[in-house]
Amino acid sequence: MNNMVIFPILLPFISGILLLFFRNLKVQKTFSVLSLSASTLLALYLIADVYTNGIRTLDVSNWAAPFGITIVADMLSSILVLTTNIIALCVVIYSFNSIGKEREKFYYYPVFQMLLIGVNGAFLTGDIFNLFVFFEVMLMSSYVLLVLGGTKIQLRETIKYILVNVISSALFVIAVAYLYSVVGTLNMAHLSERIAEIGQPGIITVIAVLFLIVFGLKGAVFPLFFWLPGSYYAAPAPVLALFGALLTKVGVYSITRTYTLMFYHDTDYTHTLLSWIAIATIIIGVIGAIAYWDIKKIVIYNIIIAVGVIVYGVSLFNEAGTNGAVLYLVHDMIIKAALFLLIGIMAKIAGTSDLRKMSGLIKEFPVVGWTFFVAAISLAGIPPLSGFAGKLLIVQGSIEAGDYFGTFIILGSSLIVLYSIMKVFINGFWGVPMKIENKQTKTVNMLLVPAMVLVAISLAFGLGLEKLLPYFSQATETLMNPDLYIDAVLKE
Amino acid sequence: MEILMAVVIGILFMCATYLMLSKSILRIIIGTGLLSHGAHLLILTMGGLKRGAVPLLGEHADSYVDPLPQALILTAIVISFGVTSYFLVLAYRTYQELGTDNMDLLRGNESNE
Repeated sequence: MNNMVIFPILLPFISGILLLFFRNLKVQKTFSVLSLSASTLLALYLIADVYTNGIRTLDVSNWAAPFGITIVADMLSSILVLTTNIIALCVVIYSFNSIGKEREKFYYYPVFQMLLIGVNGAFLTGDIFNLFVFFEVMLMSSYVLLVLGGTKIQLRETIKYILVNVISSALFVIAVAYLYSVVGTLNMAHLSERIAEIGQPGIITVIAVLFLIVFGLKGAVFPLFFWLPGSYYAAPAPVLALFGALLTKVGVYSITRTYTLMFYHDTDYTHTLLSWIAIATIIIGVIGAIAYWDIKKIVIYNIIIAVGVIVYGVSLFNEAGTNGAVLYLVHDMIIKAALFLLIGIMAKIAGTSDLRKMSGLIKEFPVVGWTFFVAAISLAGIPPLSGFAGKLLIVQGSIEAGDYFGTFIILGSSLIVLYSIMKVFINGFWGVPMKIENKQTKTVNMLLVPAMVLVAISLAFGLGLEKLLPYFSQATETLMNPDLYIDAVLKE
Repeated sequence: MEILMAVVIGILFMCATYLMLSKSILRIIIGTGLLSHGAHLLILTMGGLKRGAVPLLGEHADSYVDPLPQALILTAIVISFGVTSYFLVLAYRTYQELGTDNMDLLRGNESNE
């Protein structure tokens, strides 16, 4: 039954609307958890289905492929949908004890579901304008989640966040308009086919760069990352975890999709540009990650580094590099969510996010400390853990491509990531125990559960990689052979 | 006709960019309005401005104008409506809370935390 493909979008849509009608918070919480668990199971089923039957597509309302909107679930989309749902489930459980009554009362859980419609939709759609619409669904929910609560810092930063995203949305519309005037279609598979027919002339390269600017603004790559540190700093911990894990990754996914499916004929120009941008992104992220003494800022700059690493893997455009980028993308979504939840707990215990004002937390909260330690070394890519394989493959790909400077930057950045996150661990958890006012051990334990689940998933991801690798190589195979995607959608 | 439209859209983008680089929030929002006007006109122009009947089958004409860009514009218009109204209310609320509409003063210094 191909209708399964649309359920990851439909389920949060239905539950988001239903939640608007129930003011009772208990109902909202239970319903959110039920709906998210259901969509996690559905996503698992979707992966199994795509694994055995190949790419699954659904022509909405039975309009044949280039004329209607097509929902396409290839392996990459299915894996990302599963990751999204797992993270959302953990974050929503974390929210129960952290977000506070005054935010919950004003439609926190419905908007949360709306954000998921946008993210899942962006991963699954096969139509470029539909991608724009799902971006807007995602962004509008993110505006609301960012400002919900209405403190001064949130208001101030939301204005900047909205302004940047309004501009990038207008650019997206402009880019779609140009592309439509050149090739005359909006379906991504059909676009790819037609671009291949005309062999990517100069104008298509210009449009490709315009798309890079649009998705780079969403995904925070080098010259376009400026809005991210301030805006993300304003959000409360669970919202920050959701943003840090999902929003920028949608931009990265879109770059991956467009640059492997559509604009792959003139790789000399576009992919070289992409690799330089990626390297600059890593360098900027690294500088930010060592510069700050604020735990939120440190992890926020680590998002930028990871975006750079993934985009670099995509820019290599060879088997190993792409495979590494996909592995690292999934690893990074999980581990960033876990880290943001953990530093949320740290900030709650210490009452500040300034690293210089906290110390010795491990005495009172050893479990938090060691969970954070595992998450930290996993982030840096220490071998048995999940960050290792992705980076290894990216490094292998870059050596195959003969780009030793890129290799050096990737490996060097891991070292600095490790330094920046160990700075948090050593200064926050070791040292003389600080005086903790109103120790809320019970709340901390409740908050710790979802964070530990994410860290455990990340551990399992690293240790059980052998089992997962076939799925990831299937995802890479589709990315490297756009024909598979085109054939599945257009059914020739 | 397309060339004339391209020049007009270019002027709209120019004004939008100029306004969005100014200090006052209201000017910035006017800039985003102009930017979305420009983008919508651009979709219409890029879809082709050839002569033809309005896309209604009841017209029984030989040729119609391209209906797809019109649908895209309609979608983009309501989206930018939603975002603009949200942005305006946010600007109002920010003015109430922070007491300024000057972007230079919204930097996050200690004075307006």
